[in-house]
Amino acid sequence: MRVIALTKRILQQLIHDKRTLGLLIFAPILVLTMLHLVFNGDDYVPKVGMVEIPEAIVEQIDMTEAEVTTYNDESEAEKALVAGAVDGYIVLNGGSPAVFLEGSDPTVNSATISWIHSTFGEMQQGGNADYLEVDYLHGSSDMGSFDYFGPVLLGFFVFFFVFIIAGVSFIRERTTGTLERLLSTPIRKWEIVMGYVFGFGIFTIIQSTIIAWYAIYVLGMMMVGSFVHVLLITLLLALTALTLGILISSFANNELQMIQFIPIVVIPQIFFSGLFNLETISDWLSWVGPFTPLYYAADALRDVMVRGHGWHEIYINLIILLGFSLVFMLLNGLALRKYRKI
Amino acid sequence: MMSNRMSWISIQHVYKQFGKQEVLKDINLEIKEGEIFGLLGPSGAGKSTLVKELAGLDVPTSGENLIFGEKMPSLKLMKRIGYMAQADALYEDLSANENLHFFASLYGLKGKIKKARISEVMQIVDLSGHLNKLVSNYSGGMKRRLSLAIALLHEPEMLILDEPTVGIDPVLRKSIWEAFYNLNRNGTTIIITTHVMDEAEKCDRLGLMRDGELIAVGTPEALKNETKTGSIEQAFLVYGGA
Repeated sequence: MRVIALTKRILQQLIHDKRTLGLLIFAPILVLTMLHLVFNGDDYVPKVGMVEIPEAIVEQIDMTEAEVTTYNDESEAEKALVAGAVDGYIVLNGGSPAVFLEGSDPTVNSATISWIHSTFGEMQQGGNADYLEVDYLHGSSDMGSFDYFGPVLLGFFVFFFVFIIAGVSFIRERTTGTLERLLSTPIRKWEIVMGYVFGFGIFTIIQSTIIAWYAIYVLGMMMVGSFVHVLLITLLLALTALTLGILISSFANNELQMIQFIPIVVIPQIFFSGLFNLETISDWLSWVGPFTPLYYAADALRDVMVRGHGWHEIYINLIILLGFSLVFMLLNGLALRKYRKI
Repeated sequence: MMSNRMSWISIQHVYKQFGKQEVLKDINLEIKEGEIFGLLGPSGAGKSTLVKELAGLDVPTSGENLIFGEKMPSLKLMKRIGYMAQADALYEDLSANENLHFFASLYGLKGKIKKARISEVMQIVDLSGHLNKLVSNYSGGMKRRLSLAIALLHEPEMLILDEPTVGIDPVLRKSIWEAFYNLNRNGTTIIITTHVMDEAEKCDRLGLMRDGELIAVGTPEALKNETKTGSIEQAFLVYGGA
């Protein structure tokens, strides 16, 4: 009964606060849209210089995927490289080709090299060698970076915004004295925690449904598995964000101090969420991963959205997420002892 | 006559320490059923700490507080107490009505009874016309009165009010005190903290507090007679050793 009253109050507050409501729903949509445009833009077209390459070879080259300029000697090409007119040039040193790159941007480097590889590789095999046929267990050759990052980012935004909103509203409850007032009523501490969980939980279901629906059906983020599973994962992730946010807020005295926890508690989770390959992270740091909720949520989201896995593959991740929430809830109950002993 | 009544609050050898600072030093006090009891003292005297303990929000470092004969803090006892803190403690982004509904539900009021109580308490504090306004649009005095209305919702047998009339103009203060007297006539015991001397005169009995100690207890008249002074302020100075 008291839990329902608190749940209702939190929803009323959210509905009154149109601006925050808008932030929670439209900010993730805006950022996801921008990321979609950033990652799914056109491929980079490398600008390649050719020095003293025989006409016969140049004619064979497929010019659609690169801008090719021919130079008569290497110093000319070098000048062009310094001026930024080409990203790299290729020169035949007594028969064997050598490549010289501008080199300051890794993305440009690899685009240039891969173009040179594919172009000259084909030629050396006489142009009619058997193509290596590639099949995919998961994903496809059309899969872009956005499809791979997407599930992680979806999880991250839900986590980030719920963490902030829950933390800040609990801090407000403390600084305005309403927490004290709440505690002067016969409400139990677990009822306060549960009221918050249900209030924000209901809101989060709506929020993550909208965001996931938008990412998948409007932006066309890769989605092989079941939408219900995606919702279940984001909901459990939001629950950890909520309970962690409230817990962290008891170590902050005002809203600004809550914001200060973002680089410590929220941002590092991105590094272990699979956005970067976990195996290449330094051993000094990689052990942190299994202690962050986003690690499990991102893994489960990618299992469902990219690999099309179902309940059987994700349930362990879900149980761990639930475990995080339960631990945080328990600690919240203890943290509230600071304000009332019973 | 008053001495025959039940002792509703019994504070026994209560000490409170925050770190090394002693905020309450050996407080002993009995407050009887149906009294309006005032705790008077400057800010920092320990009044708020003491009433917080009575409201169940804090516990003494040593000693105990008995309310209705039982030891505080207890959720069962908290149902019978209405507490109004120094801060207004309202949800500013909600309407007065939503605030009242929320707190009423916490005390287990529902349906028709809840609605009836809400309109009753809003009448007592003279805010009936502002029920659906957002609290953020309320003036300071209106917030104070709404805060009081919330404390009255569940018809508590005992009201604990921490500086209830701070920042309220004299006319309004008078009407709030009339509300206190009305409640008191119907049997509500009221404990009130204040640092305003003339307000203290309105209480049945007073406890003077200074530096965490209860330096004198008695009716306003008795305190003045005992010190042979004409006002509570002068009496306070005598007890304070000035």
